[in-house]
Amino acid sequence: MDDIILKTEDVGVIYDRSIVALENVSLNVPTGKLTAILGPSGCGKTTLLKVIAGLIEPSSGTVKIRDKETIGPGPDRALVFQDFALLPWATVLQNVAFGLRAQGVSKREREKTSLTYIKEVGLSGFEDKYPHQLSGGMRQRTGLARALTVNSEILLMDEPFSAVDEQMRRKLQEDLLELLKIENKTVIFVTHSIEEAVYLADQVVILSGRPGSIAEIVYPEIDRLGEIDLIRRQPRYVELVDEIWSSLKSYVE
Amino acid sequence: MGWMTLLPPLSGIWFAFAELLEQTAFWEAFAMTARTFGIGLGLSILVGIPVGVLMGISTRADKILSIWVNLFISAPITAVIPALMPIFGIADATVIATVILFSIWVVIIDTQAGITHVKDSLVEMGRNFGCSRWKIIIWIVIPAALPEIITGVRLSVVRAVKGVIVGQIVIALIGFGGLFNTYLSYFLMERFWALIIVVFVMSFTIIGLVELLERRIAFYARTR
Amino acid sequence: MWELAGRADISIAFPPFSKVAVAFVSMLFNGEFTAAYADSLPPLLIGLCITIIGGVIIGVSIGLVRSTEWFIMPLLIIFQTAPVSALIPMLTYIYGISDTAKVVAIVILGMPLVALNSYKGIQATSPSLLEMAKSFRASWFDTILFVILPSAQKMIFAGLRLGVSGAFIGIVLAELLITPTGIGDLITYNRFVAHYDKMFATIVSILAVAGLTLGGMSKLEDLLFPSEKNE
Ligand SMILES: Nc1ncnc2c1ncn2[C@@H]1O[C@H](COP(=O)(O)OP(=O)(O)OP(=O)(O)O)[C@@H](O)[C@H]1O
Ligand SMILES: [Mg+2]
Repeated sequence: MDDIILKTEDVGVIYDRSIVALENVSLNVPTGKLTAILGPSGCGKTTLLKVIAGLIEPSSGTVKIRDKETIGPGPDRALVFQDFALLPWATVLQNVAFGLRAQGVSKREREKTSLTYIKEVGLSGFEDKYPHQLSGGMRQRTGLARALTVNSEILLMDEPFSAVDEQMRRKLQEDLLELLKIENKTVIFVTHSIEEAVYLADQVVILSGRPGSIAEIVYPEIDRLGEIDLIRRQPRYVELVDEIWSSLKSYVE
Repeated sequence: MGWMTLLPPLSGIWFAFAELLEQTAFWEAFAMTARTFGIGLGLSILVGIPVGVLMGISTRADKILSIWVNLFISAPITAVIPALMPIFGIADATVIATVILFSIWVVIIDTQAGITHVKDSLVEMGRNFGCSRWKIIIWIVIPAALPEIITGVRLSVVRAVKGVIVGQIVIALIGFGGLFNTYLSYFLMERFWALIIVVFVMSFTIIGLVELLERRIAFYARTR
Repeated sequence: MWELAGRADISIAFPPFSKVAVAFVSMLFNGEFTAAYADSLPPLLIGLCITIIGGVIIGVSIGLVRSTEWFIMPLLIIFQTAPVSALIPMLTYIYGISDTAKVVAIVILGMPLVALNSYKGIQATSPSLLEMAKSFRASWFDTILFVILPSAQKMIFAGLRLGVSGAFIGIVLAELLITPTGIGDLITYNRFVAHYDKMFATIVSILAVAGLTLGGMSKLEDLLFPSEKNE
């Protein structure tokens, strides 16, 4: 059995006292692995991620990190946002350094750390640009670098690549995998792309339609060693995508 | 009465303008206008922005205040000026109060709109990285609302200009209002028009300056 | 809060709310309001009609026919931003003490706002909508009626509200300054004889009438164009 870094126990979320968004979600997230959350639109994926991030307090159930209950956001979890959530008036460097600034790290030190991560995500040379001068992909790299600088063990991503075009998305996916070889992180990401989930994740959690609850968990175990285009043609890959597609379809109906 | 007396030739106005600049009465009125305008507008901004921020972040404050703000923003404040006179006297204070009543509401409303339109994800980002409520307001919410706040300030400048003139005209004894009144009662139409032009040019200069400032800050808004 | 401030005797010119309320009710029934509003409402209504109809026509036509734009736009902008109220005292010398002066004051202060907003609304019609109309070979008339005007409707109504509040300022100013009649006179008179409770009651009545008018206009807009709620 893998080492479990985070788990949710019987998490339920009710909005406005009547909208049941999540019900009885118990999920184990293994250390150092990628977990994808997949499900039909409006099933509560974002809600689940925000509960894990500590931004929403669950109506019932708990979130535990290394078997200790957590309440509210903490330095052990960093979020990457679908709409990037960059400060428009701040440069790339200032945006990336934001998390450290919030922790009270000195300017010199936080800029030094930020520069290494800016380099790591491939944004060298753009430190002094403003978000509106960047492409969508570069903005998301900035958001990723910001989440990396605070050096938390768990990265949470809500449809991180959905606001960029297909080519950029593939590039970002590959770069993410490369990056995770260097950085030892546990990643939980939300996606509505089956291909993305199968290609990236070690564990794919499928949520059923509203109220969202775990319908199925799939372990792709794809061999990611060879060439990328070949991976996408592996029989196992194609089979998995089909399998998940047909079970998702049943929840949509 | 002929139109000639009402609309004197430009040369006459120009001559009157030169005369105007030599009068102490004009400069006194000018100083008074500048003073009351500055103080009134300053107070509007200093009080209006915090109130707007408060209304933007607290639904309680919004519930209590928004009816009044929305009533007064389009109310004929001019009708209130006569009530200010016996309270504040025929002096600076009445004009200052008029300027405030003209200009504060739009600052409040635009600030509030700016605050409530800040994207949720930016606030969540702040919370995610462990910012306190205060840091979120000061580092994220207020800068993000800045374009709207600046727009509110620009609009309040336009209204303050109107307020300072309307206030003086209704009081009719002090400042430019007193001068307008005197010129009209003695049929000094050249002087009247010269003064109108001075007042208009002053307004445009001030408003132009604020617009320039607004454009400088506008680039924030582009990526939102 | 008002009640407390008034009771605390900050100034005799600031009566407590209860006194104002009493004065308000008594004036409502002893005919003082009726008499004053009978003087003020006719010029206000005439002025409003001219403001609204004239303003929309001017705004829409310069929005559609660009050739007059360079001439009228600067005028409108001047009238919108400058303290035009400085011109009001002069109206007495042109029109004397008459309803005409009131109407002109209303139109001067209200119409530019209506015109400018209508113009902006027409200008802001999205180009893609226009291209759509063109691609369906809609006639010029149909395009204006079914594409441009509906899409400008929000701006036009916003302009109408601005214009109406301008009109109220116009009539109050005119009555305070030049024609000692109507509602403005009621304020001035009560100030002179130091009946501050009555003065406040009158002011409250004006604010209420203006507030109700503007509120009614918003309601009317919602009623006429319910689909425009989404945004
Ligand atoms: N703040 C809120 N107040 C009330 N209801 C909400 C709120 N946020 C989300 N919901 C509802 O809860 C349900 C789950 O929302 P959530 O955003 O988590 O879904 P999602 O799976 O992320 O959807 P999508 O794929 O469209 O992003 C939806 O039906 C939504 O309408
Ligand atoms: Mg979502």
